[in-house]
Amino acid sequence: MSSYNLTHLMELESEAIFILREVAAQFEKPVMLFSGGKDSIIMFHLARKAFHPGKVPFPLMHVDTGHNFPETIEFRDRLIKETGETLIVKYVQDSIDKGTAVEEIGINASRNGLQTVTLLEGLEQGKYDCALGGARRDEEKARAKERFFSHRDEFGQWDPKNQRPEIWNLFNGKKKMGEHFRIFPISNWTEMDVWQYILHEKLELPSLYFSHKRDVVIRSGVLLGKCNYIQLKDSEQWVEKNVRCRTIGDMTCTGVTESNAVTLEEIIEEVATTKVTERGGRADDKRSEAAMEDRKKEGYF
Amino acid sequence: MSEKKGYLDMELLRFTTAGSVDDGKSTLIGRLLYDSKAIFEDQMELLEETSKQRGEEGVNLALLTDGLRSEREQGITIDVAYRYFATPKRKFIIADTPGHIQYTRNMVTGASTANLALLLVDARHGIIEQTKRHAFIASLLQIPHIAVCINKMDLVDYNQEEFDKIKSDFESFSSKLEIKDIHFIPISALNGDNVVDRSKNMDWYEGSTLMHLLENIHIGSDQNHVDCRFPIQFVVRPQSKEYPDYRGYAGRIEGGVFKPGDNVTVLPSGFTSKIKSIDTFDGMVEEAFSPMSVCMTLVDNIDISRGDMLVRENNKPKVEQDIDVMICWMNEKKMIPKGKYTIRHTSQTARCIVKEIKYKMDINTLHRMEDEKEIGLNDIGRITIRTTKPLFFDSYRRNRNTGSIILVDEATNETVAAGMVI
Repeated sequence: MSSYNLTHLMELESEAIFILREVAAQFEKPVMLFSGGKDSIIMFHLARKAFHPGKVPFPLMHVDTGHNFPETIEFRDRLIKETGETLIVKYVQDSIDKGTAVEEIGINASRNGLQTVTLLEGLEQGKYDCALGGARRDEEKARAKERFFSHRDEFGQWDPKNQRPEIWNLFNGKKKMGEHFRIFPISNWTEMDVWQYILHEKLELPSLYFSHKRDVVIRSGVLLGKCNYIQLKDSEQWVEKNVRCRTIGDMTCTGVTESNAVTLEEIIEEVATTKVTERGGRADDKRSEAAMEDRKKEGYF
Repeated sequence: MSEKKGYLDMELLRFTTAGSVDDGKSTLIGRLLYDSKAIFEDQMELLEETSKQRGEEGVNLALLTDGLRSEREQGITIDVAYRYFATPKRKFIIADTPGHIQYTRNMVTGASTANLALLLVDARHGIIEQTKRHAFIASLLQIPHIAVCINKMDLVDYNQEEFDKIKSDFESFSSKLEIKDIHFIPISALNGDNVVDRSKNMDWYEGSTLMHLLENIHIGSDQNHVDCRFPIQFVVRPQSKEYPDYRGYAGRIEGGVFKPGDNVTVLPSGFTSKIKSIDTFDGMVEEAFSPMSVCMTLVDNIDISRGDMLVRENNKPKVEQDIDVMICWMNEKKMIPKGKYTIRHTSQTARCIVKEIKYKMDINTLHRMEDEKEIGLNDIGRITIRTTKPLFFDSYRRNRNTGSIILVDEATNETVAAGMVI
């Protein structure tokens, strides 16, 4: 009977595909959030698998802070062109111009938090009733208790104490008018699973994930890459290092790590021996112990 | 390249842990995570810092699993937390369920997808009411394997007699339960005896360590590979230049093995046809089994939609509207006798009415309380429902995927009950 056993990667893949199909069946107007990072690249790949040979029955949405790594945007646009799927881009700058979002000031200013405003506006404008995200439970402890189908009220807020129980694989996407869901098909994947899957599926990634030379500044233990959006303090200076990204987000808060890994095999080796969590390099999570939980309650995905 | 080969052979094992904080559950999970290098330096630093701030001695590993602010503030675990670790052989998903409040609801949630339940018993206290409750829920949810870890052996001088006594106590009450595969392991989570490494203090124990058991227990037969069940989730119709007439039925195999050329019967229509192809993004496959997600095409053009099921002519599930279920109630609002609920089963949605409440279980004594007709939060009871249309189901005992249902409150849309078809 052992031939009727799936490997862990194939079982995770099957689970994610199952959830993506449930979303297409249970919701009227889903949208998939896409950042150009490795998790959203996997999500997009899984969505193509789930509905093959048909097209993905929902569009992708990128909330663009305007502070992205240029490599991410290039990669994103090429991927969309090659696959012929639909991408909607929402700009944080538009929310700032309208006055619904206010730019942070100070040395650690970031547009990461403002994404929530633009995201919620984007969902409302498009009348989307469900947003698919690539968040994983191993990323952060508030995420460890997140459901696959995460219910949000009409303000997009998460109530962690009042989550619907999820039993077996019977997902309940029923909701009232105006409410919506955030859905996380790769909840059960770890950083290692993600890298192994990328290797297994031979997925292409933005070059940022592989070791390259970059000027960085070290701030509160986080290495930040040089860009126009980061101002140096008097005591700081740019230094060139061999680095790669473990996660990709806004340039102002995505730390890079020193690394010489240039192939997927080397990255897997590095992930297997690393001693710091993936989001350990995210300045946005370092703001307080419950930083992620607070942002999620406000509507962050 | 050995790395690459290694992960391509890895299996996935989901387990749930039951026991209270005092049983040393957090310490045990902490040790599994720590010894398999799933705890990182920055997490450890944060733990040390937070433990110190709270004036606790040493590192409180429970803080690792208590993710929400209110949980840390109150020092309690509210919800099921999912943890992950891997060894070169297997990837593990732990559904860590809290011991105290809303116990049943959380354990049922954690148990529903588990291959194995890890029950913790304090060697000093032996089998207590809570242990029996845990074992009952594990058997009710038909978790295929149970590992009873008799913990804190260091506090009973690693004495074999203590272990043997607890083991026989457990066996005598669990003989009334349906447990297929059970293992007893004497451990000390604190000192690491028999967790990952074999204990030097218990030469008398010849069984495997907990980690060895988790890595090697046979899970290939946990899925039903006998009764062919394919509920349709989504119909794929590209209507593109490349695939103008393609009509594929997407879903996950919930039982049995399907092959191209197999004759199938469509429920509820009863039409028969033959499988033309089993497609995936990576190409056609020669066979598909649970839990694979695939897309099937049939030789004939038949009207099939979400909620329908492909089965074999000579092996059909029950097709009925009156269904006996054992339910676990999960909502503060009590079950309404004769109440109407939405029912979800495989890819089907229907409405149902609670026709009869047969009895409520006393989950401590396992007595059937036939006069008790009120079913509220964390209660388990047997009921009969009538659905608006026939469902295609098997008994939960035969197939967990096609024998499970949930009830949804039609006013609040909340999931209020988990049910197992008898």
